[in-house]
Amino acid sequence: MKILVCISSVPDTTTKISFTNNSTEFDKSGVQFVINPNDEFGLTKALQLKEANPGSTVSVIHVGSATSDPIIRKALAIGADDAIRINTEAVDALQVANEISVYVKANPFDLIITGKESIDHNGAIVPHALAEILGIPSVSPCIGLEIDGTLAKLTGIVDGGKEEFSASLPVVVGGQKGIVEERDLRIPNMRGIMQARSKPLNIVTASGSASSQKIANFDAPTPKAACKMVDANNMEELVNLLQNEAKVI
Amino acid sequence: MKNPFLNNEHELIRQSIREFAEKEIAPLAYQLDRDEKFSPYLTKRMGEMGLFGMCIPQEYGGQGLDSLSFIIALEEIARVDSSQAGILSVHNSLGIDPIFNLGTQEQKEKYLSDLCSGNQIWAFALTEPNSGSDSRNSITKAEDIGEYWKINGSKTFITNGNTSITRGVTLQTVTGINNGKKEFSTIIVEKGTKGFSAETIHDKMMWRATNTSQLYFNDCLVPKENILGSKGNGSKIMLKSLDSGKLGISAIGVGLAQGAYEMALNYAKNRKQFGKSISNHQAISFKLADMHMKIELARTMLYKACWLKDNNQRFSIEAAMCKLYSSEIAKEVADEAVQIHGGYGLIKEYPIERFYRDQRMLQIGEGTSEIQRIIISKYIGCITK
Repeated sequence: MKILVCISSVPDTTTKISFTNNSTEFDKSGVQFVINPNDEFGLTKALQLKEANPGSTVSVIHVGSATSDPIIRKALAIGADDAIRINTEAVDALQVANEISVYVKANPFDLIITGKESIDHNGAIVPHALAEILGIPSVSPCIGLEIDGTLAKLTGIVDGGKEEFSASLPVVVGGQKGIVEERDLRIPNMRGIMQARSKPLNIVTASGSASSQKIANFDAPTPKAACKMVDANNMEELVNLLQNEAKVI
Repeated sequence: MKNPFLNNEHELIRQSIREFAEKEIAPLAYQLDRDEKFSPYLTKRMGEMGLFGMCIPQEYGGQGLDSLSFIIALEEIARVDSSQAGILSVHNSLGIDPIFNLGTQEQKEKYLSDLCSGNQIWAFALTEPNSGSDSRNSITKAEDIGEYWKINGSKTFITNGNTSITRGVTLQTVTGINNGKKEFSTIIVEKGTKGFSAETIHDKMMWRATNTSQLYFNDCLVPKENILGSKGNGSKIMLKSLDSGKLGISAIGVGLAQGAYEMALNYAKNRKQFGKSISNHQAISFKLADMHMKIELARTMLYKACWLKDNNQRFSIEAAMCKLYSSEIAKEVADEAVQIHGGYGLIKEYPIERFYRDQRMLQIGEGTSEIQRIIISKYIGCITK
């Protein structure tokens, strides 16, 4: 089975977000980038499937510039066999999905795993858009994935419950916590880091898919105000605060 | 902060080991320290992470990385627990490296794979009850009696010397007198050899999750081929090993200081007195600024020394300076970090208390601060004969 995992590079979750260039760009200076956590759950699942199905391979693909190479090397150090970087800035979800689809059409895979969304823009578009362009099924968010021959058994999420699907390969899966658990995530060991040195990272020229999105400007949300605690029995105080201070009633 | 000595791979190594240390070592550190317990489990896990034999080739079970990578590993482990960092430093610099650098093919094949996997550990025995800094005064003797060395004497303060997974020890011995000067040789003694016994030293103040032991040799016979390197080169082996060991202690100092500083910064940002976080009070913010600066200076000097080592240049003086400076700033940083924690810094519930005790090892182990100052003052020409 040939598995492709799409990884995105996102700011570390503890990053303080600020903007530059008249608030039209995210300020990347001093920011530590990591593999998008939802993608990492997917990558870990891919590695588990590879181990359970001898002869399988796991490739990772990323749309971005050379500044993302460290996170790609990490994916290789964890256990991916090879990597593809489509050499262009990722501007929006549709452009990314288009770029990946061009590669996949020329180099077919049995299973494509993405994260359900990246944790920076939280668009949640790539898995569905990619599947749509390729004309294959997709399930995202997905919290369960088993492969039985050429059939994928998938568990999705609906409000208040789960949905079970089965689909013939190839499919696109948008992973998140649940597809594997946090304890299953892998820390690269030194052997893995050494092996990653010699694993192929193929730089592919972008097809030039147009982006349909333009950033007018970014705004940071207003910081949360301090929280006031009111005793459950002190209804009078609560009403007073809501009426005179918060002015909501 | 960006550092010119680091590449992307070093950064990945740092992130990976930080994650490992926080996930696997930090939760156990308090209890192992309290119970004074060496953990074979964590040793094994460090082996699985590939931290043992990081700088020796893969064919012997190592990883083939540079010494800067190993230093980063030590820093990151010491950032959460000095005991595990101590085990790692001693096992690599004084256990594995001398066997790899000087061992015969048979010796390497016999020991290295189990030592690199973390299944077993190794110790280096130099200090004796009456010879510490004055190591030439050691008297443990190995007599040539034909097919065997007959060893008599004792060693003390030997890290990793008496654990359930200790495989053996590289022993510094006197093998004769040449022109009135003692001749030193290093000899491999496996645990279980008749006449070799070990006793754990208890009630330590620091590095309580490491094993520190006293070793006794009583007409202990070991085969002639157990000599490590050639007869008479024991002093050289010791000095070379200690230079690398000093970089290890320096890395533990930088890592410990980093951990202490982060705890103090975090505490200062959250602790409110006089209506604001204490980090806003200049009395505290200046302390934190000094801590940050000292760590950065110590780290950069350490990386320079590693660069020299990795580029096959002499680094003895740099190693002495790194060892001295890092261990002294570790003391200062841990001390100020306790001060910033106030009363809470005196309670074991806060890890800073352990860091404060653990740093005290660093000015003594692998050559005291005073010995490092002698080395540096000799180098700059202060000592005339």
